[in-house]
Amino acid sequence: MVPAKPLASAKRMENLRRNWYKFSRNRMSILGLFTVLLVTFLAVFAPLVAPYPKHASAFVDFANASRPPSLEYPFGTDVIGRDILSRIFFGFRFSLGMGVIVLSLVVPPGVVLGLVAGYNQGTWLDTVIMRITDIFLAVPSLVLALAICSVLTPNLFNAMLAVSLMWWPWYARLVYGLASTLRNEFFVASAETIGASKFHILFREILPNCISPIFTKMSLDMGWVIIIGSALSFVGLGVQAPRPGLGTMVSDGSKYLPEQWWISVFPSLAIVLVVLGFNLLGDGLRDMFAAEEV
Amino acid sequence: MTDLLTATGLKKHFVIGQSGILKRKPITVKAVDGVSFAVREGETFGLVGESGSGKSTVAYTIIGMYQPTEGNIAFRGQSLFQGDKKRSSAVKKEIQIVFQDPGSSLNPRRTVKQIVELPLQIHQPEKDPLPKIVRLLEMVELPPDYVHKYPQMLGGGEKQMVAIARALATNPSFVILDEPTSALDVSIQAKIINLLIRLQEEFHLSYLFITHDLSLMRNVASRVAIMYLGKICEIAEAAEFFRNPYHPYTQMLLSSIPVVSAAEEELKPKKITSRGEIPSPVNVPSGCSFHPRCPEKMDLCSMEDPLMVEVEEGHTVRCHLFSPEQGGL
Repeated sequence: MVPAKPLASAKRMENLRRNWYKFSRNRMSILGLFTVLLVTFLAVFAPLVAPYPKHASAFVDFANASRPPSLEYPFGTDVIGRDILSRIFFGFRFSLGMGVIVLSLVVPPGVVLGLVAGYNQGTWLDTVIMRITDIFLAVPSLVLALAICSVLTPNLFNAMLAVSLMWWPWYARLVYGLASTLRNEFFVASAETIGASKFHILFREILPNCISPIFTKMSLDMGWVIIIGSALSFVGLGVQAPRPGLGTMVSDGSKYLPEQWWISVFPSLAIVLVVLGFNLLGDGLRDMFAAEEV
Repeated sequence: MTDLLTATGLKKHFVIGQSGILKRKPITVKAVDGVSFAVREGETFGLVGESGSGKSTVAYTIIGMYQPTEGNIAFRGQSLFQGDKKRSSAVKKEIQIVFQDPGSSLNPRRTVKQIVELPLQIHQPEKDPLPKIVRLLEMVELPPDYVHKYPQMLGGGEKQMVAIARALATNPSFVILDEPTSALDVSIQAKIINLLIRLQEEFHLSYLFITHDLSLMRNVASRVAIMYLGKICEIAEAAEFFRNPYHPYTQMLLSSIPVVSAAEEELKPKKITSRGEIPSPVNVPSGCSFHPRCPEKMDLCSMEDPLMVEVEEGHTVRCHLFSPEQGGL
């Protein structure tokens, strides 16, 4: 009499398998996923996998300064003799950490504001929320971040704060668009007529239908946040020396271009690798979710 | 039989934009423009009309999605719209609706259990609602293991059954059926209709059955009302309605039902060819709104809007042919 639950979990497994099939049909998405997993692994286990973990902080070895790439130092060493490869592994920590922290600061408020404004489309609430959003979007994001970072003490925390402040409107916009469409679905009307609370309608009826685009945008945005973070580090407003921020390393090495090219070229390639990975993963997710809708 | 729900002079106008150089003149759509009817206890009241006639707007106003522009709706003698006051949960419980498209009325991200559980949570919270949910599913002839399914895993008819189970969860006395079968395959339509008839007998439900399908009304409705451009043209007992329609529009609709046998052909009113299509509700013709399409148009028709007249007991018509000034019949 009491219905069997295993049926549901079997269904879920099958859905998972189907989604994986859709995702894996595109080789580039697999490449993206693999890159993201690899970078995450290197970041998490940097002290174990880096050939010279000590080189990640203030370390000086003038005897081996400015060595070109060799077997001993695969990506060469910088002007004070630190191994570039080891520093890149530790640099991933800052880049990924920044992405994760910024997104977790940005997504909840953006999503909630977008939901509220979208559901109340056409009312004063919608106008107030979305006009504030527009104001934030009107300011060029990098300029705003530069302004905040230079007014406050330039460090990683303030860089994240600055990026978060200019990033939430995109989520508000995305969810606003979705919610203002979904509110016209009859399941919302049905919940309203039964007498469901606003909380239930926003978070139980509308939000679950916005999850796939939010996840897709998050994975694409990881790349963008990392680029902005690196840009801030490059101009000296993000990760501070001697810590190994990828942007900081590119900036330091740029003084010795083109003779000692490896000092900034390898960290640059590392940024490209991370961003590309997240973008490919995001594209794959988008295609997977798009196929789901059909 | 007593009246359960009465609508009196119900109007719902939507402002869709502004016209004129200074944009001062609002453009309104008179979706519902002065509709009065009563649904009696235990009956099926059929509300029939072409698309754009305003029949769904009537339904959405009854369930409270819209505030009426004018007029009122009373349920068991009590007005449903008293100023800005929120509708009591007792009334929300009593009036339920089954929407036309079950694809849109069931949230794709919620299981059947969660969908049917919601009205229970709000109106009759229980520690373990599962047995009640299973009983509701059985009532609409769905197997109990459907509780963990998502709507996408169900067929169109099954989805509509879930929607019916959800509507019945709070033990309502009045259920609005907004074209409950028009999105379904013909083979499933009959099944849903039979289910609805059975449930009506079992729980003594009153239905407001909204549809554009007249031949369906012949089988299920006790009384039928025809709507045209936001107004009701004719109300009659179902048998009388199909045997003896007065309004030219009703005659036009009935004569356009396709039939297969000669016996059925004889039941049909004299052949009236339908002319044109329903005009836009933004630009409603003057006088009687049906006059541009009416085969019996008189000079009066384009000038004056006819009133509802009771031609026979329980049979009212809104047409100048039957106005007292015209000498009635």
